[in-house]
Amino acid sequence: MADAARSNLPPLALHVPEPKFRPGDTVDFADVEIPAAGAARRPDTADDARGFTDLVYTMVRVLDEDNRAVGPWDPKLSPDTLRRMLRHMAMVRAFDERMFRAQRQGKTSFYMKSLGEEAVAVPQAYALDADDMCFPSYRQQGLLIARGCPLVDMMNQIYSNRGDKLQGKQLPIMYSEKRFSFFSISGNLTTQYPQAVGWAMASASKGDTRIAATWCGEGSTAEGDFHSALTFATVYRAPVIFNVVNNQWAISSFSGFAGAEATTFAARAVGYGIAGLRVDGNDALAVYAATQWAAERARTNAGPTLIEHFTYRAEGHSTSDDPSQYRSAGEPTAWPLGDPIRRLKDHLITIGEWDEERQAAMDKEVADEVKAAQKEAEKNGILGHGLHQPLDTLFDGVFEEMPWHLREQQAQMVAEETESGRPWDRK
Amino acid sequence: MSDVTGTDDATVMPAEAETTTDTTARMNMIQAINSAMDVMMERDAGVVVMGEDVGYFGGVFRATAGLQAKYGKTRVFDTPITEIGIIGVSIGMGAYGLRPVPEIQFADYIYPALDQLVSEAARLRYRSGGEFTAPITVRSPFGGGIFGGQTHSQSPEGIFTHVSGLKTVIPSTPYDAKGLLISAIEDNDPTIFFEPKRIYNGPFNGHWDRPAANWSKHPGGEVPTGYYKIPLGKAAVVREGQAVTMLAYGTMVHVCAQVVEDTGIDAEIIDLRSLVPLDIETIEESVKKTGRCLIVHEATRTGGFGAELSALVQERCFYHLEAPVERVTGFDTPYPHSLEWAYFPGPVRISMALKKIMKD
Repeated sequence: MADAARSNLPPLALHVPEPKFRPGDTVDFADVEIPAAGAARRPDTADDARGFTDLVYTMVRVLDEDNRAVGPWDPKLSPDTLRRMLRHMAMVRAFDERMFRAQRQGKTSFYMKSLGEEAVAVPQAYALDADDMCFPSYRQQGLLIARGCPLVDMMNQIYSNRGDKLQGKQLPIMYSEKRFSFFSISGNLTTQYPQAVGWAMASASKGDTRIAATWCGEGSTAEGDFHSALTFATVYRAPVIFNVVNNQWAISSFSGFAGAEATTFAARAVGYGIAGLRVDGNDALAVYAATQWAAERARTNAGPTLIEHFTYRAEGHSTSDDPSQYRSAGEPTAWPLGDPIRRLKDHLITIGEWDEERQAAMDKEVADEVKAAQKEAEKNGILGHGLHQPLDTLFDGVFEEMPWHLREQQAQMVAEETESGRPWDRK
Repeated sequence: MSDVTGTDDATVMPAEAETTTDTTARMNMIQAINSAMDVMMERDAGVVVMGEDVGYFGGVFRATAGLQAKYGKTRVFDTPITEIGIIGVSIGMGAYGLRPVPEIQFADYIYPALDQLVSEAARLRYRSGGEFTAPITVRSPFGGGIFGGQTHSQSPEGIFTHVSGLKTVIPSTPYDAKGLLISAIEDNDPTIFFEPKRIYNGPFNGHWDRPAANWSKHPGGEVPTGYYKIPLGKAAVVREGQAVTMLAYGTMVHVCAQVVEDTGIDAEIIDLRSLVPLDIETIEESVKKTGRCLIVHEATRTGGFGAELSALVQERCFYHLEAPVERVTGFDTPYPHSLEWAYFPGPVRISMALKKIMKD
């Protein structure tokens, strides 16, 4: 270390953030500020982005302690809609559970759950139009499920089997579903942010009425793409919704490493001149209402919105992760915003539109549906069991037309397969 | 575009070109590139042009001059200074169904966008089973010889030729620039289109101490005014010869031609025009005929595209080779400012290599 240049001054000190609780610690989330449900004001969708400073530091919440919908953000959805939403959220959870187990059984290499975050994607799919283009990260499977993507198709992708329309080329859960306006997922974080802006700009320049929405986690707001996307969006007033799913954890690093000690993620919007909302991400009604608000803002050419969904990643980052190595096991249950499915269920029960028996029956139904889909998907094979795409498809789609050097390599691969004595099943 | 003249000069229009035009004009490379974008914007409402200073101002090299006035601000527009954003937004526009032609002001500044190009544009078709594609053409001035120093002179083509899913194209004349750019814009794969800025205004023979030439007397400066294409993946034999094959592209094609003239060695000069896909047939045929091969590029040597060319020639023409394959390149240093002509692979370095290869 160099000698201090100015010995009369106190030495500088580097701050390195540290989460409150580590493995073995008793969790107390009393410090987490949770504003009362119904307290946040609901601005006009045409309001100037400069007026949102209060909203980015508070939290839009609809469901109160007594499970009632309160305040100006109550979207007043019909009980039927709420029940369908609840069912889709339960479906996401059942799907996650089943696929997580499939990975543990060695049927596939990898999976990522969205446990505790089901209220982010599912209600948003309800608030957007079916042809609004979504640029998701890897934890918005709820969008696909709520938009009606067949579970078998999703599972085929997870198993990389012969039914996988991505031909086994992508890591499990990196779906691509143009039919459901769901953009191809990339492993590279936040690259989808500027792409969503570009899509939205294209839609606007063509006089279309469709908007774009994109998602990233709070950890990857630190990527340069985040800054570029917000700059482009504000410059061209792109009809886009930016979602930051603040689930407190980016693999092992807590949100403090993305800047959460100093400010909120919604507050990032302020400096860009973008409308910002901070939402209770475990409150399906609040998430729906904020998304619907932002969609209306975008659709009326009033500009982009950034929504921070304040939630908690209740599981490990992925099947390759063990959260007990870096955080207290007590965190998920102590999380003050509770479980999104239970909260929506309790609300429906409170308003007399649901009961525990129906919930139990529904849970069984979705579990059975997922199980049946899994059985169907496994007819197409599981990872590494021969029922994959023909090996020579490995070279398809690098370019629209295969150039000579790929044709040569393809022929080499076919020769290797023959030489190995394992000619693949072309059927 | 002045000096429009009708022509029936068959040497101007190689047989492989596909054209719907019968008038030509004298253009420099900037004008030819401008004309390519103009033609494509006219033909295809999906073509949009974007980048730093490309809109109202018309580009720092004037390549987009007049386009915004003609096609409007929603089709030709200035962007914030963020290469990540320029390429990321282009990919999103491409996914929507447009055909973006983004400009990166200097190839030296393409690196912030590498993630978007390598991880996204190049892989989008592959990873989505063909559901989404990135039909973008990234234009960027590249190369040295203009006292551009470290960050206005680089030749980073080797970074892109290494990426599966990207095409890399480099013209050496106004005629080729327009025909290749039209092909790149129409192509449904992402293409990196590097423009050798040293030869924007005229061919450069490497003799920096002689008066600068312009395109007015060069056959490659005679450019059809309308639509025509030069196919990607097709090299041009710019000089036929028997003694040695010279592989080059961009500015170095002209330097090679001058060296051949100066030394009197009967070399065959091949302008690769597109590096990926590469015209391996033309290369192979030539080297098998001459038995010797000299590769010339301005980019640094180690890991450069010349290494790939050398390996291919060695693998395919080994029994026809009468001498080791040689490479003349930039040195493995950052591009210097004051020592530019010591760094640049000019006539002296090339002729030394050419004489050596003929003696071997």
